[in-house]
Amino acid sequence: MDTPKRILVACGTAIATSTVVAKGIEEALKERGISVTTRQCKASEVRSLAGDAQLIVTTTPVPSDLGVPVIQTLAFLTGIGKEAVIEQIIEALKD
Amino acid sequence: MSNVIAQLLQPSCVLLNCDFKTSQEVIQAIGGKLFEAGFVKESFVQAAIDRESTLPTGLPLGGKINAAIPHTEIEHVLKPALGMATLRDVVDFRNMVSPTESVPVRLVFLLALEQPKAQIEMLQEVAGVLQNVDLVERLVSLTNYSELIKTLEGA
Repeated sequence: MDTPKRILVACGTAIATSTVVAKGIEEALKERGISVTTRQCKASEVRSLAGDAQLIVTTTPVPSDLGVPVIQTLAFLTGIGKEAVIEQIIEALKD
Repeated sequence: MSNVIAQLLQPSCVLLNCDFKTSQEVIQAIGGKLFEAGFVKESFVQAAIDRESTLPTGLPLGGKINAAIPHTEIEHVLKPALGMATLRDVVDFRNMVSPTESVPVRLVFLLALEQPKAQIEMLQEVAGVLQNVDLVERLVSLTNYSELIKTLEGA
């Protein structure tokens, strides 16, 4: 019944790390019965695309004054702290 | 299990046990091989070096060995490929998520991606390798290409 939450996934070039992260997020949340749509973008594009997202997950620094929660993490690449980040994402999507 | 990587790693683009001093030297060396092998344009090396300086790719892996995954825009790539270097001594890269921090790196994968969001299997396999602390340690100890391929295929 709920429309899927929209997550903006950012990295430097929007071709490599954001691909892995977006897939990682989608699969992890699907396992928990949560459906999301992800959109990949470059860090430089985040400001203009933030308005359309409920959460931003990024592997590279982005502005934090966008009115959308930002989670900066390498967990989907390195595996370190991945469970904790997934919980963080779920929390952030709750409103 | 890392079969896509094993297939994409050209022997000429795998440099083991190297003595480079800077991240630029590493990118130049692997990138040069990718260019000679016809996978990237001449502009690739400088573009990857430039990108690394503003959007670094160092990844702390939580074990004894850290990695970096330099790459650049698709316009510099002719065919998708993967180059790799292992370093005898650590070389400083900057942390991807925290660019003022240094990460001492001994394993570098140079990614030549020709389409956004393509090569997802290769990328997921690279991430899988990086998440395997024992495998990463083993990779930096190898001295020849066929040992490397056997190790990756058996991983």
